[in-house]
Amino acid sequence: MITPLSWLKEYVTINVTPQELQEKLFSCGFEVEEMYEVGKDISKVVVGKVLTCEAIPDTHLHVCQVDCGAHGQFQICCGADNVAAGGKFPVALVGATVYATAKDHVTVEGVMTISKGKLRGYESCGMLCSGVELGVSENMYPGAGYNGLLVLPEDAEIGADVKPLLGLDDWIFDIAITANRPDCQSIFGIAREVAAVLETELKMPDLSFTETDADLEGFTVTVDCPDLCPRYSAHYVTDVTIGESPAWMKRRLSLVGIDAISNVVDITNYILKELGQPMHAFDLATLEGNAINVRRAKNGEPITTLDGQELSLTDANMVICDGVKPVALAGVMGGLNSEIRDTTGSVLFEAAKFARDNIRRTSRALGKRSDSSARYEKGVDEYTTVMAMKRALHLVEELHCGKVSRMHVDVNTGNSVEPRELKVSIDKVNACLGIVVPNEEILKIMTNLSFEPKIEGDSLILQVPAYREDIETYQDIAEEVIRMYGYEHVVPAFMPSAQVTIGGENLAQKSELRLKKALCSAGAYECIHYSFFSPADLDLLRLPEDAAERKAIRILNPISEELSLMRTTLAPSMINAVARNQKRGNLEGRLYEIGNVFLPHELPLTQYPDEKARLCVGIFGETESFYTMKGIAEKIADTLHVSFTYENDSKTFLHPYQTVRILCEGVEIGYFGKLAYDIAETQDLRTPMFVMEMDLKAVSRWYGRKPVFTPLSKFPEEQRDLALVVSREITCGEIEATMKEACKYITKISLFDIYEGEQIASDKKSMAFSVVFTPKEEAFEADSVDAFVKKILKQLNKKCGAELRS
Amino acid sequence: MNANLEQIKQEIIAGAEELNSSKEVYEFRKKFLDGKTGKIGLLMREMKNIPPEQRADYGKGVNELKEWALDFLGGLDTKMKAKELQDRYEAEKIDISLPAVETEEGNLHPITLIRNQLIDIFSGMGFEIYEGTEIETDYYNFTALNTPKDHPARDMQDTFYLSPEFLLRTQTSAGQIHVMENKKPPIKILSPGKVFRSDDDATHSPMFTQMEGLVVDRGITLCDLQGMLDVFVKKIYGEDTRTRLRPSYFPFTEPSVEVDCSCFECGGSGCKLCKGTGWIEILGAGIVNNKVLENCGIDSNEYSGLAFGIGIERTAMLKYGINNIKLLFESDLRVLKQLND
Repeated sequence: MITPLSWLKEYVTINVTPQELQEKLFSCGFEVEEMYEVGKDISKVVVGKVLTCEAIPDTHLHVCQVDCGAHGQFQICCGADNVAAGGKFPVALVGATVYATAKDHVTVEGVMTISKGKLRGYESCGMLCSGVELGVSENMYPGAGYNGLLVLPEDAEIGADVKPLLGLDDWIFDIAITANRPDCQSIFGIAREVAAVLETELKMPDLSFTETDADLEGFTVTVDCPDLCPRYSAHYVTDVTIGESPAWMKRRLSLVGIDAISNVVDITNYILKELGQPMHAFDLATLEGNAINVRRAKNGEPITTLDGQELSLTDANMVICDGVKPVALAGVMGGLNSEIRDTTGSVLFEAAKFARDNIRRTSRALGKRSDSSARYEKGVDEYTTVMAMKRALHLVEELHCGKVSRMHVDVNTGNSVEPRELKVSIDKVNACLGIVVPNEEILKIMTNLSFEPKIEGDSLILQVPAYREDIETYQDIAEEVIRMYGYEHVVPAFMPSAQVTIGGENLAQKSELRLKKALCSAGAYECIHYSFFSPADLDLLRLPEDAAERKAIRILNPISEELSLMRTTLAPSMINAVARNQKRGNLEGRLYEIGNVFLPHELPLTQYPDEKARLCVGIFGETESFYTMKGIAEKIADTLHVSFTYENDSKTFLHPYQTVRILCEGVEIGYFGKLAYDIAETQDLRTPMFVMEMDLKAVSRWYGRKPVFTPLSKFPEEQRDLALVVSREITCGEIEATMKEACKYITKISLFDIYEGEQIASDKKSMAFSVVFTPKEEAFEADSVDAFVKKILKQLNKKCGAELRS
Repeated sequence: MNANLEQIKQEIIAGAEELNSSKEVYEFRKKFLDGKTGKIGLLMREMKNIPPEQRADYGKGVNELKEWALDFLGGLDTKMKAKELQDRYEAEKIDISLPAVETEEGNLHPITLIRNQLIDIFSGMGFEIYEGTEIETDYYNFTALNTPKDHPARDMQDTFYLSPEFLLRTQTSAGQIHVMENKKPPIKILSPGKVFRSDDDATHSPMFTQMEGLVVDRGITLCDLQGMLDVFVKKIYGEDTRTRLRPSYFPFTEPSVEVDCSCFECGGSGCKLCKGTGWIEILGAGIVNNKVLENCGIDSNEYSGLAFGIGIERTAMLKYGINNIKLLFESDLRVLKQLND
């Protein structure tokens, strides 16, 4: 909310500096986001009187002697066409700061400091200024728009600072208004708060006017949709003379960023800013049928707004119609057909309350925003609606731009604009705050806020002003009290009356952290990626049309197509992260993420989808291999005290022979494998990448499993090394399984060498295993292990065609 | 006889001159002292051939020689081994200024680090950790939190919708309602999670992380909120950090406050980090609005509550001096490796 200090001062006495005011507002809930002096860039500019003014031959320049009072008399060269002896103008003294302009003397190009100079051989000590050079527009000061010197009044005191004269000493506050305080979306609303916090007098705007006998016979106002328009008031103004608004009004509008248009239109804009009530003025001559009707638009109904845009409406929109046609899009913008023109002779003023969500939706749906719609979206109150109409009529008289008739219509749903009584318990207010605010403080605060408080026993009886629609319960009163009393009175406590609760993470949360730490110790860095991804990410994985992953939830209003689908797999984000790293020169590394996938039961959603936690690991670099990834998988299994087995698998985006599904205790929980070479190429990967994805929801049933202690054997273990020659197709897993099947005393088998080459047949490989035999109930006999080995070799030969390597 | 012993002794002394390693000493020693084959050992074996009256002298002489040899060669061995150790060290002289060999250990994401710190702090105060769902309904995200459809507070948050009913939660407060519907007071929960808003620039990410705290019990007041947040802020930002409450607005709390902490960079005197104000905005909080309690079937005459919401990214960025929120989601190893806390 842009608030000029000078305008605020019209309604409230401000006895503090702008900085102190900012602090006061901040403490009571109004953060000043920005504050600056209107003339913040202007300094050392004073009133000067040109004593003599002589043309410099063959130039457009004049050399002047200028009297600057106490500052002295200076010779200044000036190129403006309206410089003249006897005139008073702003003089930027040497060392002054003013705006620099381009050759056109209009476009501002930053701030400059005035220094002594010479023009055509004439010394010049200072500069006579135009309005632009001082940042003063025509609307801010009459005459300032002239492309030449700004002419100061004859009675201006020579040598005086021009800033107060031109209003440049004014301050602008940009105040953040929270959503619960729409009543402060106006200069007057803020003035009410300032009066309360500074404990100074609030002055009401002048609402007086005199009605003439003029009337509109038979004119009717009807509201067909009171749910969207709880109050609609209209007042007829005759003998309208359209013209310019007075300088003070133009200046104020200009300070809040509104261009003056004409007196009648300016009055509506002025009231929007002053009181926070959007108003509209219809040219009565354009209204047909002697009526105003407020109703929902018909589907497909057209309207042309006064900015010339043609819109097609729906019954979600609301229109103001005359007896025949729509003349305004309610709350958003007037119709072109009823616009105020220079020839307008009589006017119908509108002040209404429209439902904030209807205006918001209309404004969003049609892409049409105005100061009016922005204001309505936040919510207006009927107290202000009523007040605003009176104020508008007062301004019509003050500006002499029309006569106020007696034709006033107020269609409403019976909402009172009088204060309503609210009774709250003082104990409850204090209990909410946790401190005891003295009763006299409560009375003072609530009086300052115009709640007319009384205390009867524990009851605080309040008259809630009608504009404070946010006040409903003792909690609201507690907030009013403490924000004015001061939060510094709140004393830190630690729930003295609360019961003991046992806190902490649950098993799944603890287990996930254990997993994360295990992955970190395996050299992997945790990542977090967006929960949404791109349809292109599914194409990256070359998933077929009917793949389950393609059944992803779409965001209806995504930021972009790249962030439009809820993830159904974490792999693409990981591949992209690795690609990003490689582009930046990180050619090796290990990354992991734990995040949710979102699996809908049906689309569009009618129930919560499954949100399942997944783990995704991505490793890349020349030293990484299928087996390093397998090592990470084993580390996960160890961390969870479970065992994993692996089976060949195929994935559209992974290497056909280096991909497995992971089974935990026989249940499928995920996969890992090497990224397919052609995909790696499209992603510009320079080193191999392996990716793993694991369903943590499936794994979670083993969370909390404790390591099981097996007592150590009382008898010594035996170890044998076996070098076997087998055909190349035989897998390590098959050999291990056969061994274990052949002898129940085997407790550990580790492969320690594989050889393929000249020393054995070309279709064979040699595999060397170390096998540990652990006795159970009694120690091994001298030759029992040899017997086991014999049996094992026999079985290996039978099942795998293995021979002992000679 | 004595001449023989003397000869052996001289042989040992002369032979020792030639020895260059402990291994040679060992072999040399074996040549004389081995029980079966060594020269001195053989002399002992000769004992049975010595006339009984000479045996005592013979034995004494051989034993003296043996003792001497053991001592002499033992000393030589010690000397040799000491030299060999020294040589080995000498040979392993290195350039200690060569680069270190890295022991690669990954680390947790900064968001997880902050999250864990907060969980530690609040677990100790009796908070359970509750993680809601990222996809929520309009009811739980807004309506039940006292933000009906026409409420202007909805404009504060640009929401991603998945259907007219379902959306990506804009605040972890949505989880409050689920907890309060299913659990009666006393309630102390901490609800961390990803939240989503349609914002995308240098300081905003469409996904970020919040941690919501909720206490519902008898007699909970604004003072408890201040006390709890004081502890939290001191633990996260240091013992000297102070907090300041100032009025604000959230639909689901009344009174609502913004909480600032004294700038931990300058201590409150004003610097670039705190934009000269001496204070840094760190979270929003308040007393739970009775309407929210009633929406969940909790009697607001008996119970009251406090709630607070912390932005994890903001906390992480402040704590580690990270200047762009996007860095947290790009998984650049050069960034991740630095944040090893």
